[in-house]
Amino acid sequence: MKAKHQRLVLVVIAVAAIIGAGLLAAWALRNQANYFYLPEQMAATPPAVGQAVRLGGMVKPGSIVTERDGVTVNFMVTGNSADAIPVRYSGILPDLFVEGSGVVAEGSLSPDGVFIATNLLAKHDENYVPREMEGMGTEKAAKMAADTTVGLK
Amino acid sequence: MTAEIGLAALWLAAALAVLQMVSGFAGLRAPADAAHPLAIYTRPAAIVQACLAVLAFFMLLRAFAVTDLSLKLVAANSHSMKPFIYKVTGTWGNHEGSMLLWVGVLAASGGLLARFERRLPERTIGATLAVQGFVALGFYAFLLLSSNPFERLPVPAAEGSGLNPLLQDIGLAVHPPTLYAGYVGLSVAFSLAMGALLTREVNPSFARVMRPWVLGAWVLLTLGITAGSYWAYYELGWGGWWFWDPVENASLMPWLAATALMHSVSVLAARDALRTWTIMLGVLAFSMSMLGTFLVRSGVLTSVHAFAVDPERGAFILALLAINIGGAFTVFALRAGAVAEGKRFAAVSRESALVFNNVMLSAILAIVLLGTLYPLLTEAFDVRVSVGPPYFNPAAAMFAIPMLLVMAVGPLLRWREDKPARLQFELALLASVAIAVIALIAVLGDFPLLPLLGLGLAPALALAAVLPLRGRRLARVPVATWGMVIAHFGIAVSLFGMACEGAFTEERLAAVAPGGTEQVGDFAVTLDSVAPVAGPNWTAIEATLSVSEDGGPPVILTPQARTFWSPPQSTSESALLTRWNGQLYAVIGNQTEDGRWQVRLWWKPFVTFIWLGGMLVALGGVLAIAGRVRVDLRRRMAAQKGAERRADLEALGAQPVPAE
Repeated sequence: MKAKHQRLVLVVIAVAAIIGAGLLAAWALRNQANYFYLPEQMAATPPAVGQAVRLGGMVKPGSIVTERDGVTVNFMVTGNSADAIPVRYSGILPDLFVEGSGVVAEGSLSPDGVFIATNLLAKHDENYVPREMEGMGTEKAAKMAADTTVGLK
Repeated sequence: MTAEIGLAALWLAAALAVLQMVSGFAGLRAPADAAHPLAIYTRPAAIVQACLAVLAFFMLLRAFAVTDLSLKLVAANSHSMKPFIYKVTGTWGNHEGSMLLWVGVLAASGGLLARFERRLPERTIGATLAVQGFVALGFYAFLLLSSNPFERLPVPAAEGSGLNPLLQDIGLAVHPPTLYAGYVGLSVAFSLAMGALLTREVNPSFARVMRPWVLGAWVLLTLGITAGSYWAYYELGWGGWWFWDPVENASLMPWLAATALMHSVSVLAARDALRTWTIMLGVLAFSMSMLGTFLVRSGVLTSVHAFAVDPERGAFILALLAINIGGAFTVFALRAGAVAEGKRFAAVSRESALVFNNVMLSAILAIVLLGTLYPLLTEAFDVRVSVGPPYFNPAAAMFAIPMLLVMAVGPLLRWREDKPARLQFELALLASVAIAVIALIAVLGDFPLLPLLGLGLAPALALAAVLPLRGRRLARVPVATWGMVIAHFGIAVSLFGMACEGAFTEERLAAVAPGGTEQVGDFAVTLDSVAPVAGPNWTAIEATLSVSEDGGPPVILTPQARTFWSPPQSTSESALLTRWNGQLYAVIGNQTEDGRWQVRLWWKPFVTFIWLGGMLVALGGVLAIAGRVRVDLRRRMAAQKGAERRADLEALGAQPVPAE
């Protein structure tokens, strides 16, 4: 192989692999990225059953019900409209998870329309302050959420 | 006074960085044989600058140690009631302090380079130090103009507002400084690459100078990532060890680039091949360090590490990033064509195995980079997304698995050219081990694909790691080769830990009344009592769990739910029971209305192997450095002895021969 030739082959292989990785990433990101929904968005255009998404809003006052096993909680998340999404979560609740507080639930919709949360993010988890709650303008739910999740100082 | 001395030292250091840059570049303009009159200042400037920057850092350290509340930074991030150790580590637990640490380490490594490196041509060292000065100057400007750590308050605060309790942990004492030292080690590699490119000295002797810096940076990054992963594991109380959090990715990306660079610089040193590729990776590795700093410091991504959400600072770092990286790639584009072609090699050879792995590492880097930046990109279009394990795990594995396969075979191949037929036995052995293990485990149970592949690959990789020692006298194997063997073995150990954690973890989540017992794995966990406790700056609910393994004598675990009062925040302190074959992980939650307590338990088989493997990898790196340094010292001593003997002979020869 000529000297220039080998270098060219190496460059072509490297570029091909990186572009391949980029295309794969782009394709996977479209499918696997975790979209953020407000309750009214989820009510209007629900995500596919089982698709991992995030739901952010306000815990509806009076809606928190703990099941008999002591670790499963059901509650409703509301936003700017009257739409409320039922959420079920099994696990240890964030400390400042109370009625009327802002919350972001990570999880997916089940076939019966209940949002099964695998993780709840609230003020307790300063490490993951829900970014989605920031800068949403005057929307009431987002504002309340931001007050309870971000304004720590 | 402390703060004023620190600030003055910082300004002086910035001025010296200018001198270092100007005199270094002046040296480049002089003709090859004549020294430029300004060039003599480069080394002294670098050394004095290092002393000043370190002095500035120690001044801030002192201000934190004595809790000088007239300093804005101390008042905002410390508290007089904090334990002393966390007062000190709090110095770099904030934006300004950590940037000062960055600059301090950067200047110190430049000073070391200026003081001790004599192997390279003076012009190359001059150019290297000039680049180093240029990079440092950007950070000095950043510190002095937009995040001055020594800013005084008009009226001293009565009390500080405390430090994020999650960061009040011994993990913080070691984690960021280790990572920063690693980032900065890569900046030296970057400066050396630029210096060599500018003076057309891209050759094996340059690679031998660069190698210890790359290895050192890589060892520190490995340790930093390992420590960070363990910290997240026990401090966040979520039972996971890697979250693909943007900040974790920010440390992983330079590591991937550094791993590639380390291998490619070894090829350049040993075989004089991959010249341009090594330079390219040098630029890439430092770009990733800068990008990591940008992501963490600018607040564009929110996470536990993002202390400041300040658009001005973000813009500043972004500008620095653009100038440094843009400049580097411009120089690269202009000069890369002038780098002579290195030695060639066949398609089946150790070089090409290394090239393949370099490319795979770069591809994983691209995957992680795109995944980390994607939420920022979509936000520009007002779509809010987050990217997590469902993306990262399969996409990264798609490149990691071929890389691991080639890693098993690569060290067995010969340099320059080899025949696959020579390795028939080894290949068959490794393949049969992997396939047998996968088949066995697939029969035994239903496990996810990735952990299954990991379980099969791990023993094959462990075996492959020690195969290069076959048929060699162990006492005569070079230390650096031991380093490679141990590092590759460490990868296998770590992979085994990850796969076991993924496949065999058992979880139990329940509300337990005092006296009640839950079973997880082989352990019976009884909730004895729950009681309030208090620490120096927190109060907590502490559960007493007695854990009995297979009916054996009980061991007491005390997980806590802590509430800090300055700043007000809660953390979950997990309790761990470590066995040789895994860890029991216990977290206490809230009390239910009927008086039971939420308890979350995990039995994680072999999870400790993840970090054990990481430490082995780092140990391998240390051995590689030690081996190289030893060979280098011997060579120097031999050269010195030879020179002495020649001088002696000449002296003898000059004497008139005495008559018999």
